Amino acid sequence: MNPLKIAVTAAALACAWLPAQEPPKVITITARRFEYAPKEVRLKKGETVTLVLKSEDVTHGLLCRPLKLDSDIVPGQEARVTVTPAAAGEFTAICNHFCGAGHGNMKMKFVVE
Amino acid sequence: MDRRAFLKITGTGLGAGALYTVGAAAGMDPQRLAMVELLGRQNGERVTPFSFVQFSDTHVGFQGPPNPLGTRAFEAAVAAVNALPVQPDLVLFTGDLTHDSEQEGETLARMKRFQEIAGGLRVKNLKFVPGEHDAGLDGGKLYRSVFGPSHYAFDHRGVHFVAMDNVSQGKPVVGPEQLAWLRADLARFGNSAPIVVFTHRPLFDLKPEWEWYTGDGDEVMNLLAPYENVTVLYGHIHRQHDFQSGHARHLAARSLIFAFQDPAQTEERKPYPFDKSAPFKNLGIRRLDLAVQGQRPVLGVDDVELVSREFAGTVGIQQILKGVQTL
Repeated sequence: MNPLKIAVTAAALACAWLPAQEPPKVITITARRFEYAPKEVRLKKGETVTLVLKSEDVTHGLLCRPLKLDSDIVPGQEARVTVTPAAAGEFTAICNHFCGAGHGNMKMKFVVE
Repeated sequence: MDRRAFLKITGTGLGAGALYTVGAAAGMDPQRLAMVELLGRQNGERVTPFSFVQFSDTHVGFQGPPNPLGTRAFEAAVAAVNALPVQPDLVLFTGDLTHDSEQEGETLARMKRFQEIAGGLRVKNLKFVPGEHDAGLDGGKLYRSVFGPSHYAFDHRGVHFVAMDNVSQGKPVVGPEQLAWLRADLARFGNSAPIVVFTHRPLFDLKPEWEWYTGDGDEVMNLLAPYENVTVLYGHIHRQHDFQSGHARHLAARSLIFAFQDPAQTEERKPYPFDKSAPFKNLGIRRLDLAVQGQRPVLGVDDVELVSREFAGTVGIQQILKGVQTL
């Protein structure tokens, strides 16, 4: 057999044996005055996840310093951010774009296992 | 010049935000006089003694369990300042003058009510910056129509005052335009110029998970870093706080509506419950005096609590002197 053909065949077989790389898990978080849905999101340490952020009313924010999240959530615009938690724990995220009377209590929790 | 060479900050309590006295000691010796002259050249004006007061977080229009008395503490604070034998030159208001409302016309009515109460001060030189409750919902449009620009600077008796707006963009940021403005504003000053910045939110990461921070606060402080005599006055956190970063001292004044509990003691941000036996408990002032004392500056800080005992049958203001710090 042609050596080149052998090499190509071997490479193809090797690729076939490799597990297909899965796209990051996608989690949608919806903001509305003065809450997030869901209120709690569970993540795994070291696992990359895409967060899709939407607003149902006014501009909100999502701030969680331990997860390096700081995003505006503008109505009509879908914000996509990726997060790869470096450490396990429970982390509170807050709305950091003033949205009205209940703004100060608008928060959610990320639980990293 | 070392910052320690000319500043003294001391004060006494009066129950209304904070009182600052800037001054060169009477009967100055030639050396101290030379320092004052030098500062005068750098600022275009000599540093001469004066005092000023900081009010913060009056939240006019707020009604709720932590303070069912509304504007009573604010009004008591105005009366306390008016009763001072020597009136301050200025009163600085560090944001959240009003509590937000979404009812048409109500926000404006609250701003007018704020002006009515603040207008009762004998001091007529009043300076304001917005808080997020004043300017966070409409980008500061209504605030500016009532109170004027939300960031600006002025000189007073040799001290440079800078008002910074870290609320009008909805998020806790100052923004690139204001940073560029600040850079240009500071350019004319020598490094030893005394500078007082007043703003609403802390310009450092005090407690980001409680939104006690300014996203680009580091950039503001980097611009101020070359200056050896910087004091940042702020509110927002509804409690007293004192923090040093580089040459700058950051001081939060108490609120005049309700106080938040100590973040070191509680995970949740929550106000102290209303205590009808001491309705103004944890509300009050911070007073500082800036002056020359010998060759060393002295920074004295008095934390003062506004106390009313009307529910116990007496009405009054108790000044609680919690200490004087000497640098």
